[in-house]
Amino acid sequence: MAEQKDGRVQRISHELLSRGLELAEKRNCKLSAVIFGHSIKTNDLEELIERGADEVIAMEAAELEHFLVEPYAACMLKLIGQYRPEIIIAGATSTGRTLMPYVAVKAHAGLTADCTGLDIEKETNNLLQTRPAIGGNIMATIKTPKFRPQMSTVRPRSTKPAPRQRNRKGKIIRLVASKESLNSRIVRMDFIANEEEQSLGEADIVVVVGRGIKRAENIPLVRELADSLGAALGASRDVIDRGWLSYPHQVGLSGQTISPKLYIGIGVSGAIQHLAGMQTAEIIVAVNRDPNAQIFKVADFGIVGDLFEVLPVLTEHIKQTINNDR
Amino acid sequence: MRIIVAIKQVPETKSVKMDEKTGTVIREGVEAIINPLDLYAIETALRLREKHGGEVIGISMGPSKAITALREAIAMGFDSGILISDSAFAGSDTWATSYILAEAIKRIGDFSLVICGERATDGDTGQVGPGIASFLDLPVASYVSKIQIPNFKSQISDWGTTLRVERLIEDGYEALSCSLPCVITVVKEVSIPRLPTLRGKQRAKRTEIPVWGRDDLDVDLSKVGVNGSPTRVVKIFRPKVTRQCEKVLAKDDESIKEAVDKLAHLYLRLLCR
Repeated sequence: MAEQKDGRVQRISHELLSRGLELAEKRNCKLSAVIFGHSIKTNDLEELIERGADEVIAMEAAELEHFLVEPYAACMLKLIGQYRPEIIIAGATSTGRTLMPYVAVKAHAGLTADCTGLDIEKETNNLLQTRPAIGGNIMATIKTPKFRPQMSTVRPRSTKPAPRQRNRKGKIIRLVASKESLNSRIVRMDFIANEEEQSLGEADIVVVVGRGIKRAENIPLVRELADSLGAALGASRDVIDRGWLSYPHQVGLSGQTISPKLYIGIGVSGAIQHLAGMQTAEIIVAVNRDPNAQIFKVADFGIVGDLFEVLPVLTEHIKQTINNDR
Repeated sequence: MRIIVAIKQVPETKSVKMDEKTGTVIREGVEAIINPLDLYAIETALRLREKHGGEVIGISMGPSKAITALREAIAMGFDSGILISDSAFAGSDTWATSYILAEAIKRIGDFSLVICGERATDGDTGQVGPGIASFLDLPVASYVSKIQIPNFKSQISDWGTTLRVERLIEDGYEALSCSLPCVITVVKEVSIPRLPTLRGKQRAKRTEIPVWGRDDLDVDLSKVGVNGSPTRVVKIFRPKVTRQCEKVLAKDDESIKEAVDKLAHLYLRLLCR
């Protein structure tokens, strides 16, 4: 299940192709990319082929421009009936995590949420789905032995996008969604974009600020670092609850789960609820003056020191490094 | 209007222990709490009732001790609670759980709104809210951060009344309108949960909480419990901890510069990949 926004195919789609290619090869079967939308760019559909899809099924209608659970589910159920897929994977995004359970119920299919590992069991050809649970404290492997399709949502950024191979050939099927599948009791009235340019979940680098920053007036210090790194700005629960940054910035159990390539925690102590939302990051760096802070237990690199002394030097250094690089 | 809130009792995240053989969570001796993300659903329901009148009913599926979660909701202000509990339901996955809860909601009947937390902090799936909606054939708005009913008229039936919500997605907020009845799942931003009051606690103690099992609900027993669930947990393991934290002390100009150098180096290596 590929995703589009404003007619452009989103990165998660390419990550899913990377997963799909691996599974299709093991099962020796076809890999299809399905996408719903309105006026989806042809180049982007071709790119899905170049990145591994054997065929692309694009279902279009004005009503499908934005995600609405009822029409999206109706279209998907129709395709499931027609194509009888063995496996369906979608992104564990706000769309995927709403659409997939809605569809799985009606298709009487097994669904596993937010998987970070997918594999095929050799003897049975069942899909093995591995996912973190209980705040990342354990990993569980789940399968669906008796029901088809086998469905999973896959954690964004848990794999690299499938590489592009120019001239890879495949079929693009453009379908017009039928009227009866477009009924929706929900109407999208408006959209209010985030104040931040980069969304937390999609950023390669995230700088997260914790209570160690002491007051709202000091937040710009961290923002400056984030800007110099080209990073998104996140925050621990304490910072959000004090109103120093808005809720979409929150990382952790009651906020967002992120898996960036680089996480930098500034004055973050590392409560277990926070760790649950970031410990799958590739590289974790922390600046904290308490050498026993929990965050160092999951970090790769730790700077034990006063953030107000370290931060200005760090920001300046990064700015210079980048200038030198250019 | 009648609002139904689905509540899950979960182990306190800090004290979770696993039975590595069976792959299940050891629930004995671990403090059980209302799923922290359900508190926002509870608060949302109470505020809607304060504004528009009606009643709020909590339902929870789980072992008999999950009754304490419903008592806590009543102490916060719920009118009543129903525990869904039966050995036949144990081990249900999200499909089967949604099925059973939807059947319980159907039995309560005449509701306008079902509210769930975004997800539970133990399973972390977030699938039961949309699952319930699908079984009830109702629309679902997930990740709701703001809710209002602009033209609410207190009538015998408020079906057809429009709900306005904002839904927090990756890059912003979607403003949606949705006709009642419907299902919503809420995020933390929607409200700040209140604490139970002393009077509420006393009322909760006195309130009788019915327990509904297989004989009370119209459920096909072949579709519930471990055997009726499409998914199966085959293995539980601890994530490998491979991180070896290299800690450096940054206490004076020189050591700060050294630490910063190292971090910048990490960053550059990342950029070059």
